[in-house]
Amino acid sequence: MIGAALLVALAVAGDPTRGEQIYARCGACHALETNRTGPRHCGLLGRRAGTVPGFDYSQAMKRSGLTWDEKTLDRFLANPLRAVPGTTMGYAGIEDAQERADLIAYLRSAARCPK
Amino acid sequence: MSFLLFANSDPVVLPARRNALLLSGAAIALLAGREALAQGAAAKPEDLQILNTALGAEHEAVAAYQVSAESGLLQKPVLDLAVKFQGHHKQHIDVLAKTIEKLGGKAAGPKAKYEFPVAQLKTQADVLGFAAKLEQGAVSAYLGAVPLFANRDLAKAAASILGDEAMHWAVLRQALGQDPVPAAFVS
Repeated sequence: MIGAALLVALAVAGDPTRGEQIYARCGACHALETNRTGPRHCGLLGRRAGTVPGFDYSQAMKRSGLTWDEKTLDRFLANPLRAVPGTTMGYAGIEDAQERADLIAYLRSAARCPK
Repeated sequence: MSFLLFANSDPVVLPARRNALLLSGAAIALLAGREALAQGAAAKPEDLQILNTALGAEHEAVAAYQVSAESGLLQKPVLDLAVKFQGHHKQHIDVLAKTIEKLGGKAAGPKAKYEFPVAQLKTQADVLGFAAKLEQGAVSAYLGAVPLFANRDLAKAAASILGDEAMHWAVLRQALGQDPVPAAFVS
């Protein structure tokens, strides 16, 4: 049982280097350090959804009650519109669980925002 | 860096008439969507939101190319290329905005201010790399939007824009000395 659990854990362990490559897909709307068409991503994990200063969120995101962690991000990235109906992120999502884990690992590595 | 790395003849200037025809194709697809909607298929709010998000990203792309063009780092014919691609994004804006309004929505305008990493742009290659990342992101964004449209004509039009963004990305990659088409699929 422990071995099986370990295999499952390893299967979804994220690689931030691969995640950086996947993050390139977000580049039309997002950046780590600045708000763009979408909000900035530095310091994302642990942050309440819809709270980056200066970004004009949808009501749906502001009212989502989410706090971004591995679990909520995984669900959102898999299908943003299902996870938060009414979000302005008109994107079908990332189907591959490994890719989501890699992307989340990269976002976790970008914890600090510039002053 | 020479933009002529990838071709002996000028690779960036397409005949203007040909371009107009290509963009007309996208416009026709969008207007066809409007006709379908006028015949009874309701415009879903989700479609309008997706179009408006795309419109916002297109406004940002125009601003990014403006920063690039005014950086003083781009030399001809690369500067012409940036202006040309910016013109494409302006045409996307025009079509997207008109479609949103015809579908009963309110088209988003540009932001008063955009934040770009201008301090990191020190060479022509930096600017090209910056633009290439934006175009790669645009390809992914449209790819992620296409399957969401309830109206298939809107999906078709978005796919048409996706193709244009992919061409931008490929040309910019080639200008950077990178493989212009690194894979059989985009993601």
